[in-house]
Amino acid sequence: MDVRKTIAKNIAKMLKDGDFVNLGIGIPTLVGNYIPEGMEVEFHGENGFVGQNRELDCKDVQTDPVFFRQWLDTHGGEQTDCYGEEGHRDLINAGGFYINLLPGSACFDTSISFIMARGGHLDATVLGGLQVDRHGNLANWKVPGKKINGMGGAMDLACGAKKVIVAMEHCTKDGQFKILDDCTMPLTAVGCVDALVTELCVIEFRGNGPVVTAMAPGMTPEELQAKTGTKLEFAETIEIMDIVD
Amino acid sequence: MNKVTTIEEAISRIKPGSSIMIGGFGGFGIPGNLVNEVARQNIGDLTIIAEDFSDGYKSYLKGNTVLLEKHLVKKAIISFAGGQPRVTQQVFDGTLDLELVPQGTLIERIRAGAGGIGGFYTPVGVGTVVAEGKETREIDGKLYLLEKPLWANVALVKAYKADTKGNAIFKYNSISFNPVMAMAADLVILEAEEVVEPGEIEPDRVQLPGVFVDLVVEQKQVAL
Repeated sequence: MDVRKTIAKNIAKMLKDGDFVNLGIGIPTLVGNYIPEGMEVEFHGENGFVGQNRELDCKDVQTDPVFFRQWLDTHGGEQTDCYGEEGHRDLINAGGFYINLLPGSACFDTSISFIMARGGHLDATVLGGLQVDRHGNLANWKVPGKKINGMGGAMDLACGAKKVIVAMEHCTKDGQFKILDDCTMPLTAVGCVDALVTELCVIEFRGNGPVVTAMAPGMTPEELQAKTGTKLEFAETIEIMDIVD
Repeated sequence: MNKVTTIEEAISRIKPGSSIMIGGFGGFGIPGNLVNEVARQNIGDLTIIAEDFSDGYKSYLKGNTVLLEKHLVKKAIISFAGGQPRVTQQVFDGTLDLELVPQGTLIERIRAGAGGIGGFYTPVGVGTVVAEGKETREIDGKLYLLEKPLWANVALVKAYKADTKGNAIFKYNSISFNPVMAMAADLVILEAEEVVEPGEIEPDRVQLPGVFVDLVVEQKQVAL
């Protein structure tokens, strides 16, 4: 099983035609690859745009300073086409990759971008997670004592989107719980999580603690509970998750 | 009024100890030539207000990190440090005072400063470390934090085209923090890739009115 792709595919199933959605960095970015054919979702980029087509293949340019200098000099101003394959030095996504846009896109400044994020204009945001607890609290921006990152736009998105979906591996690499009674890391937002998708299950938060609504094929409630640091409830019907190899 | 001047002259007006807003996002759309000139003139003891302190993490863009390399920053008010080793090191050494602000709160604090607003209540940060020391208030059943405005001595901003009066336009999403910051500082220096005569930019295409801009510097190449 490809853990990251499996999580992304199951999140894509939760989105609806016409939704306006922000995807965070990491696993959330992959969700865009699994939107079913014929379904239209508008993606928000926190650095000020709606309507990314895809990340462009500029990696060789960006790993050679001489090429990069030449590329910057020839891909700017009014010279290039934002829908084409060439790219533009003033058109990136929030992860810092050069992108192109779909016809019907829009670019705007940070104040408008965060009116969208904070003001309930996004139907959903998909965020990465370090820890989620039974109260729907999310911790995803700071590991105490480690290198300093900062919250960027995560707190605004977690607080302001209509639906907050967390994409997270079920346990840490060394088998520690990430789904807990109470988060131990600094919070991103209180009680914000509506749904949590891991490679093992889908958990929804309906006000009374975590409720499992789907599990990976072959997973039993007992096995899942043993990998989870807080008491789980199980919905009457448990769906089977899609797995990506 | 013709506001065009040289980069050396523009930056020489900044005093050590100033607070400086720097536009851009993740190293992109930042006035990199102006920032490099601040470093070259060795203007120190600065308070930097910016989206981030990451070097363009997917490229050779240096962002604001040149100011950290030369230890010119005493305080930073930013939303993202991107794991920049110099930020972590200088914070742990105690030489950099770091205030992390959610990105939407940061732009709104600058906008409040720009527009003469004394503060605003936002739900972002309630129940987190961001709320420490701030007034929390319930409005119509929901909790909010009081956030105060930001104003700086200097704003350094970047447009792709401006006229000699400072009317500016931005390309795609390099606009980011630039126009709002340009409205919230005593001295506003605009870096433009191309400077044109008044009248060459249609009035209804202007994204930053020139009345906010004090000095215009033409820099044809994006800084690395």
